[in-house]
Amino acid sequence: MTNVVKDIKEISKGIYNMIIKKKLPSLVMPIRSLQNVSYSPKSGYFEMLGKMKERTLAASTIKTFAQSLKMMGLSKELIGSNDLATKREAYYVSKNWGEARFNEQSESDNVMDDVEAMLMVNREQIGFVPEEKGGDIAGQLIVIDKDQETGKEIKIDCTKFGSGAYSIPSSVEELKFDTKAKFVLAIETAGMFQRLAKHKFWKKQNCILISMGGVPTRACRRFIRRLSDSKKLPVFVFTDGDPYGYGSIYRTLKVGSGNAAHINKYFCVPNAKFIGVTPQDIIDYKLPSHPLKDVDLKKIKDLIKNDPFVKHHKPWQKALQEMAKMKKRAEQQALAKWGLNFVIEKYLPDKLKDQKTWLP
Amino acid sequence: MVQRTLTGNNTNSSAKSADKNVPKVEKGTTKAHEMAAKQRDIGVAEFFAKNRHLLGFDNKRKSLLTTIKEAVDNSLDACEEAGILPEINVEIIDMGNDRFRVIVEDNGPGILKSQIPKIFAKLLYGSKFHRLKMSRGQQGIGISASVMYGQLTTGKPAKIISKIKKDLPANYYELHIDTQKNKPEIVKEATLDWEKDQGTRIELDLEGSYQKGSQSVDQYLKQTAIANPHVTIIYTTPKAEQVIFPRATENLPKETAEIKPHPYGVELGVLIRMLKLTPSKTLQQFFTQEFSRVGNGTAKQICENARIPPNTKPRKVSREMADKLIQSIKETKIISPPSDCIAPIGEEELEKGLKKEINAEFYCSITRPPNVYRGNPFLIEAAIAYGGEQQKEGSINIYRYANRVPLLFQQGACAATKSAQQTNWRGYGLSQSSGALPQGPITIAIHMASVWVPFTSESKEAIAHYPEIIKEIKLAIQECGRKLGSYLAKKKRIGDEFKKRSFIEIYIPHVAEALKDLIGISEKEIEQVELNLQEALEKKRGAIEKVGFDKGKNIEYDEEFAKIGKEVIKEAKEEIDALKGKKVDEEKELKK
Repeated sequence: MTNVVKDIKEISKGIYNMIIKKKLPSLVMPIRSLQNVSYSPKSGYFEMLGKMKERTLAASTIKTFAQSLKMMGLSKELIGSNDLATKREAYYVSKNWGEARFNEQSESDNVMDDVEAMLMVNREQIGFVPEEKGGDIAGQLIVIDKDQETGKEIKIDCTKFGSGAYSIPSSVEELKFDTKAKFVLAIETAGMFQRLAKHKFWKKQNCILISMGGVPTRACRRFIRRLSDSKKLPVFVFTDGDPYGYGSIYRTLKVGSGNAAHINKYFCVPNAKFIGVTPQDIIDYKLPSHPLKDVDLKKIKDLIKNDPFVKHHKPWQKALQEMAKMKKRAEQQALAKWGLNFVIEKYLPDKLKDQKTWLP
Repeated sequence: MVQRTLTGNNTNSSAKSADKNVPKVEKGTTKAHEMAAKQRDIGVAEFFAKNRHLLGFDNKRKSLLTTIKEAVDNSLDACEEAGILPEINVEIIDMGNDRFRVIVEDNGPGILKSQIPKIFAKLLYGSKFHRLKMSRGQQGIGISASVMYGQLTTGKPAKIISKIKKDLPANYYELHIDTQKNKPEIVKEATLDWEKDQGTRIELDLEGSYQKGSQSVDQYLKQTAIANPHVTIIYTTPKAEQVIFPRATENLPKETAEIKPHPYGVELGVLIRMLKLTPSKTLQQFFTQEFSRVGNGTAKQICENARIPPNTKPRKVSREMADKLIQSIKETKIISPPSDCIAPIGEEELEKGLKKEINAEFYCSITRPPNVYRGNPFLIEAAIAYGGEQQKEGSINIYRYANRVPLLFQQGACAATKSAQQTNWRGYGLSQSSGALPQGPITIAIHMASVWVPFTSESKEAIAHYPEIIKEIKLAIQECGRKLGSYLAKKKRIGDEFKKRSFIEIYIPHVAEALKDLIGISEKEIEQVELNLQEALEKKRGAIEKVGFDKGKNIEYDEEFAKIGKEVIKEAKEEIDALKGKKVDEEKELKK
């Protein structure tokens, strides 16, 4: 019996015993929000503070309570049969639970996240996988995977995908790497990734290109972390010059999220560095820009005030304040103003060389 | 263009002199001479005979109702003033050809022989016009107008019997009204033995039409019974069915005092007339004796503000001085008129009446403290019945009363309706489009009691729109509305609680089942889990109060009583259907 199943059974027994004593049972789990994390410069990621919430059985909570128990039961069953279910599949399984079924997948995701946090494990360990894509890879990297049927080693050369790319699988724990690259470049948008891959930027700079496609998934973060750790590679991040690129994409990649703080330790890349587009770049490169919307300004304010990571880093506060002052944002593609390949020939090489233009 | 004047006292001498004053028409005189020849006085009775709609005789159906209403109002006023618990007999006999005989008999104090002809056969004769006292009748028109209407439509005299003491004989009169001179015409005069100790009986033949349903005699008598729980009415319909509305209380309404006018309500013309007629020697005395709430200090102040010596003789006060006095009255602070002159129905009685009529889910009522409009004290009462067996769709129902008399006509023109429209009902959980009556299962009763109820016309069908009155009615409705609102909120709260409890019922088995899957407990253990959870959760929630409609809860409700006046008349329904058909046809035509 795995530890997880043992934990599930223990919690369930506790609940049963409470009920037999005619007391109202409760489930205890960590609060999943930024309020419950602190930034630890030493370890380099968001650590959980240990604030707990208690879901005591009452008329108003009985539905979620029943659903949490059902979700634990499903997890136990999946582990027992060595099977996996996607988040969407789990949602459909619930349709068989009668009155306790979920009406929206967001409800089932939420309960799943609760169970995961309660057991202090990774989602995969309780039998659930997301259907989201992990991200795309191109460049000087050989991924060593196993054939799903025979278990034989497969070597995947990421330079040989032509105009395509290698996809990060949802589970990356068993992968091994072979590379001579000097660094990893994580890119926000698929469009920019394609431009760089097409022109074999990875060859010119001897690097690995990774497209994150928005906020990096857990698999993507774990993949970059394992790659960076095992091959001692620096990681550079290239996003749009806006509060979302800074506060959501870069911050989550580097130090993790508030929502699944109990696993941040594994799903973060503390040695990542931000190379652009910085607010200063918008000025220096005279980039075409868009005015900031109210939601952007609100996000900046929120980051400065509430995000433990930003609160710890003066340069980030300065950069965000600067952006708020000029009320402008710029996309990665805005560099095309100076020619389509300006980003390859001039911008990235210059930025990679000049540490002073980076942000922590 | 014929100029006419209306004189109230059309005496013989003035009629003669009017004839004298008509100039002779000579040849070659002006057009004005010609026109003057046609100009003469109009008798008040003549005027109302022509304009009988002003008095509530617009059509046959309404005429029958108005006649009964005037007779019953008079009987009730007389009984109450004499301190007698009223017992009224109302009988309508169908004589065929749209003719009806109306008989109204009371156990009141009776009427002196000499007064009988004038009271029943002279318009604008009465005791109630010149005083300020809460009563149903006001102008002294009603019953004599009915007599006149009967005479005009059937030619038959009114037959009156009245007896004032047990041992005395009753007086019997047959009366006509001389419409030109507004004078009673005695057709027959006699004394007779009457089995009653005292009381008055009137018998009238008139043209009318009888229908059941809303705005019927039946409904009027029923609503009278609701607002007058101390009255017994025995009613025999034209179809010879007998309905008895027994009294619900032995207590007469509190006796009300007659008051003098309050200075704030006096207008210039009235003041000049009062100054002429007063026996007072000085202006100061005039104010203290002729008005309520004016003492020597206030009287002096009024005079001083007008710069007129308080010892001026009232007869010497000129029009200009009177005008100054009116101004000075406005500037002088005078306490409100006394309120012992008005008797409310009472919150409890009004609510009881409504309970008898409507089987609802929730009732509340309110009697407001007295207020003043134009120097006249008045008081507003309101009661609300919500939900139950009332219709959920359509506008709310309004029962309107003025000095305990139900108002059945001209709802739209009434201050009570306007006030209900201006009240914001949305806060009490009802839907309402702006400026309209709210929608919902609600009946609201509004009563205005006053020494002088201002009606929009002589037929006394709608209360006039004085801002002070509208404000008071709105306050009364709002007070009831708040009670209703908090009841509805409570109902919702309990409803939510029920929902939560059913929630518990639904999900307890799921918790038990999940535990079975997780740790493999036995069926017996599952049962125990469900039982314990039920107990633990319910213990925390406590007892639950029962709200909502309970058909048998309202013991006051009288189904037979409630039916009266609500019958859907077959003819009326056919009429409506015909109208609807017509409308459809018209619409079809329009489309073409």
